[in-house]
Amino acid sequence: MWSEKEKMTRIEKNFTALQAAGQKGFIAYITAGDPNLDATVEHIYALERAGVDIVELGIPFSDPLADGPVNQESAMRALDAGTNLKGVFEMVRQVRRVSDIPLMCYCYMNLLYAPGFERTVQQAAKAGIDGLLILDLPTEEAGDYARTLQDAGLNLITLITPTTPEARMRRIVQHASGFVYAVSRTGVTGIQKSLASDAGELVQRARRVTTLPLALGFGIADPAQAAAAAQNADAVVVGSAIVKQWHEAGASATRQKRVERWIRSMVQAVKEVPVQ
Amino acid sequence: MPNKPITTGPDRRGYYGPYGGMYVPETLMAPLLELTDQYGQARRDPAFRRALNGYLRDFVGRPTPLYFAERMTRELGCAGVYLKREDLCHTGAHKINNSLGQALLAQRMGKHRVIAETGAGQHGVATATVAAMFGMECVIYMGAVDMERQALNVFRMRSLGAQVVPVTAGQQTLKEAISEAMRDWVTNVRTTHYILGSALGAHPYPRIVRDFQSVIGREARRQIKRQAGRLPTALVACVGGGSNSIGLFYPFIRDAQVQMIGVEAGGRGIRKGQHAARFAGGKVGILQGTKTFLLQDRHGQIELTHSVSAGLDYAAIGPEHSWLRDLGRVEYAHVTDREAVEAFDALGRWEGILPALETAHAFAWCVQQADRWQRDDVLVLNCSGRGDKDVQQVAAWKQEHTR
Repeated sequence: MWSEKEKMTRIEKNFTALQAAGQKGFIAYITAGDPNLDATVEHIYALERAGVDIVELGIPFSDPLADGPVNQESAMRALDAGTNLKGVFEMVRQVRRVSDIPLMCYCYMNLLYAPGFERTVQQAAKAGIDGLLILDLPTEEAGDYARTLQDAGLNLITLITPTTPEARMRRIVQHASGFVYAVSRTGVTGIQKSLASDAGELVQRARRVTTLPLALGFGIADPAQAAAAAQNADAVVVGSAIVKQWHEAGASATRQKRVERWIRSMVQAVKEVPVQ
Repeated sequence: MPNKPITTGPDRRGYYGPYGGMYVPETLMAPLLELTDQYGQARRDPAFRRALNGYLRDFVGRPTPLYFAERMTRELGCAGVYLKREDLCHTGAHKINNSLGQALLAQRMGKHRVIAETGAGQHGVATATVAAMFGMECVIYMGAVDMERQALNVFRMRSLGAQVVPVTAGQQTLKEAISEAMRDWVTNVRTTHYILGSALGAHPYPRIVRDFQSVIGREARRQIKRQAGRLPTALVACVGGGSNSIGLFYPFIRDAQVQMIGVEAGGRGIRKGQHAARFAGGKVGILQGTKTFLLQDRHGQIELTHSVSAGLDYAAIGPEHSWLRDLGRVEYAHVTDREAVEAFDALGRWEGILPALETAHAFAWCVQQADRWQRDDVLVLNCSGRGDKDVQQVAAWKQEHTR
């Protein structure tokens, strides 16, 4: 057990700690490099101060087909600022000198494949990244790539969606580690007015096939929705809403602080949800 | 030319050699697997084939002629240049062969809303046409730049009752239109079928599109044997995503003596961002569901492309083409914007046929390679579409380049 624990990623340790404390988790998504990587470092620290458990770093891609307008535009800004994976890894090394917050990347397959998958994954692990969510790598294609992540000591975060049948969920969770990301509705990333009504049911279905923690995301945009999502899930993910707020805050320190307080209010709403 | 029999794909996992596969977000996996299954059943269902063949005959106007182009034959100094007249299909291009097949599949799956991407607008027009005929709701995604350069087709789609949605992301051409159509599909997956128009994207699309377009090659093979009394020396077609070319090539794939040439868009020349010749400037990567040759930078970001023809202006090539190139079964070449525009004019004057600018690339290559042809060679060119949609674009290009 001792040696197993040594090998745990920061993501796994975080969920173990949350479970021991009887708390739900909060995962925040931001695009790495929007508006530049220096700002991203500050945003990661702000998220940590706000009580966020895991930071999900979107790696900007020229053709983000799973993303809605907010994250598309955010990726464009990051690319215009010259963001690439090498720079992101450098930025993560900088963060790691002072912070142990779990970090995962949300990325498209070509960004890992083009520079050489194995080499890139090893660099990510070495920089201090704990897990990868590869949007366009379904379980059918995951085989060897999943092993590469495992060998590098990274979690492979997999998606389940409302269109995923139960038999398929069973296959998907075989490759999964860290946690399973339940997408609360069909569609792209983006802000929604209310949580999809079948989100709870999706989490229930997933519980039947895995003992891994379940995070619920896609579309959550305020404390009430975050709390509602946390009822069934072990953690909630908030993405586009944070990206949008921080972009609109611009360079104003006061407005940046206000966004941090708003994130803290969402985190607190989630932390107040009792664990059954 | 390899002597071993060509093993074409796809395999059970949707691969053509190392290319293809299903690289899509999880939400799309269940519908893609359902589509694979439903298509497998439809393909073997005589009633489905009867319905498809009936519409192809009476609505599309198939079989299309294989026309002996007498003056072009003389110009090239060979035994015969034959044009497979897909430009005579209803709506003016080969695209309707596939739109029709997929609309029938959508009906079979109980989906009453269809969406499509379009570059040159021909696939959009074909899809809007069959959607109108079957009484289905239809939304077409088109890059804002393409809407401008193919304005005639935008008007046609709207007249047919389709909603045309401008896509303003990125380069505002075909690639962005595909991403936007995929976003729609991810969102409305339970009610909607995505009619992908090229031999691209995740499995089973490259296979479905190839199969529905193979009617071109099946007819051409029968026709050339009857009209020329032999198989052709070479088949030539333009390659954007690769649907008209794979449709012509596939039924000849085991005829080892038949050469096949796919012509890509060389744009303003093979320099970064100035062309769409994937085999001239690309390397293997993963985009929009499939692993294939892509124009990309060293970080894996997709590069800008350029072609005078909207239908060839795309950063990836269909995965089966990548495999056929590895096998040495198909030769890939490229011609420039200028050569394509010159061929557009030449074919009009020689044969009284104004080809689409996409199609003009295939003609341009044949003319450019005139020395290659011997006196007894027989060529079949896929005249994949007609050029009415391009007259304004050609006029503008000429004005810009004669100043």
